[in-house]
Amino acid sequence: MRWRVQLITENLEVTNNMGMTIAEKIIAAAAGVEAVKPGDIHTVTLDRMMSNDGTTHLTIDMYNQQIKNPTIADPEKLVFIIDHNVPADNPKTAASHKKMRDFAKEHHIDFWEGKGVCHQIMMEHYVCPGELIFGADSHTCTYGALGAFGTGVGCTDFLYGMVTGTSWVLVPETVKFNLTGTLKKGVYPRDLMLHIIGKIGANGVNYQVMEFTGEGAQAMSINDRMVLCNLAVEAGAKSAIFEADETAQAWLKEHGREPKHLFKSDVDAHYVKEYTFDLNEIEAVVAKPDFVDDVIPAKEACGVKIDEAFLGSCNNGRIDEMRVAANLLKGRHVADSVRFLIVPASNQVYMQALDEGLIEIFMEAGAIVMNANCSVCWGSCQGVIGEKEVLISTGTRNFKGRAGHPTSKVYLGSAATVTASAIKGVIATEDQL
Amino acid sequence: MGNIFKFHNDLDTDQIIASQYLLLPTIEEMKVHAFESLDAEFASKACPGDFVVGGENFGCGSSREQAPSVLKALGIKAVVAKSFARIFYRNAINIGLPVIVCKDLYDQVESGDTMELSLSEGIVKTGGSEYSCTKLPPYMQSILDKGGLIASLNEMESTAHHGESGGDQ
Repeated sequence: MRWRVQLITENLEVTNNMGMTIAEKIIAAAAGVEAVKPGDIHTVTLDRMMSNDGTTHLTIDMYNQQIKNPTIADPEKLVFIIDHNVPADNPKTAASHKKMRDFAKEHHIDFWEGKGVCHQIMMEHYVCPGELIFGADSHTCTYGALGAFGTGVGCTDFLYGMVTGTSWVLVPETVKFNLTGTLKKGVYPRDLMLHIIGKIGANGVNYQVMEFTGEGAQAMSINDRMVLCNLAVEAGAKSAIFEADETAQAWLKEHGREPKHLFKSDVDAHYVKEYTFDLNEIEAVVAKPDFVDDVIPAKEACGVKIDEAFLGSCNNGRIDEMRVAANLLKGRHVADSVRFLIVPASNQVYMQALDEGLIEIFMEAGAIVMNANCSVCWGSCQGVIGEKEVLISTGTRNFKGRAGHPTSKVYLGSAATVTASAIKGVIATEDQL
Repeated sequence: MGNIFKFHNDLDTDQIIASQYLLLPTIEEMKVHAFESLDAEFASKACPGDFVVGGENFGCGSSREQAPSVLKALGIKAVVAKSFARIFYRNAINIGLPVIVCKDLYDQVESGDTMELSLSEGIVKTGGSEYSCTKLPPYMQSILDKGGLIASLNEMESTAHHGESGGDQ
């Protein structure tokens, strides 16, 4: 079943005299101009660039073989992170990692390996409100949780940015998502975001920015804001953003950073569309194989037999989700027929979970706790599933063959739904335990 | 004149090139696995000058540039779709692979049909009919015309080294 879109307002007219959204202000600042409007193309100075082991080996080859005058504009703005296939699983991967490791060392680039998923590392150590950040990974839009404009790019864009310190940006339209009310018990921000994607579709905001606002947004923790922003690309968004309010500033302070810019959208800023979602009305949902926008109430999928459950990824591997899983697993056991992989999004999350005794609960319940990495979410490392097997996952995508064999199936659900399913051996919601 | 390979709506980048091949050392080694889960013989059947035709939201998902790169390496002349996901679209332009938006073509053709594309005119010809395509913004067209973003960068570098304008890039 595909949801029907509920469009609240639509206004396609935009002039130079209107106020600007947060995203437009960030692009204007990066372009060194007073104002920008959707449809303009600007050259921007990038504040930071991140690349992971999914593509960096190709970027390095291109740098060495195709650039006439290879130079790096500002190594301090670059971050290389090995998180996808870590530890390396075969000699070719190992060679690709070595290339990245050696290049980072030679060019004095910040380098992380085995410390966590790239977006979690970036949020914990680098991202600041008001920054324009390119990441060679589609889920770079996660950084909007702190009021930054993060967007995913390919390795040619990354290479151009690395060499020149700049890039070209087509200013996107912004779509406002007004969140009212509060989520009910047993319903999580991941349910909300999957619900939204189900409503607007996999290209519902193609080339646009999702701006989350309203009291429901303001009440969210940075953990929850990351869940929403991270999945924005699954609706086609170029980026997603929250205002860097007191919650964001307090989080930054805890992580030893000061904001550079605290942009707010102007009251007369132009939004191409506006949606309102009442959080009280959201239910636990799952996305069915093989499309992220094929979203149904979780209760309609209950009873589907699963072979594996996965809790982790840049969307949902943080301490909040670890706590949800531990609460449900305490005193219970993973079904004999199920492998339950639990993968903290970073070593910081892992250590926190250790301190709180969550890892002990996971191990006693029969889960497999793995090192912080992208794991089965990206489908090319330990944990992949076999022919016709079924996975329920907190990962980012459920595309055909995404987690292993092309005939396998992936359902997406919240940490609670995944954990309940791991316990039952079939898709289940937490209220069924 | 080239053959058409037609794919479904919301065709994602995992289908174009699966994760397990992304860390192979070169695009040449990856290209034989293009569209493997949908059509295992695609790479052996595709010839230089052939076309990929897609529906809505072609190339959604991952930012992996390997997706347009394997198609270009196989000699695919252009991808013609009803609409594209933004990262794939941008990546394709950056590597010099034409991506053409043509709303009316998709429902009129099947895999195995042949077509002809005039990039400069923005016209697709197939089955005795002509279809017009949406033109790229001039800035993007200029990247494509130069053969991609790296070729543009090298050209700017050459210009800069001759003491002309453009050196601030």
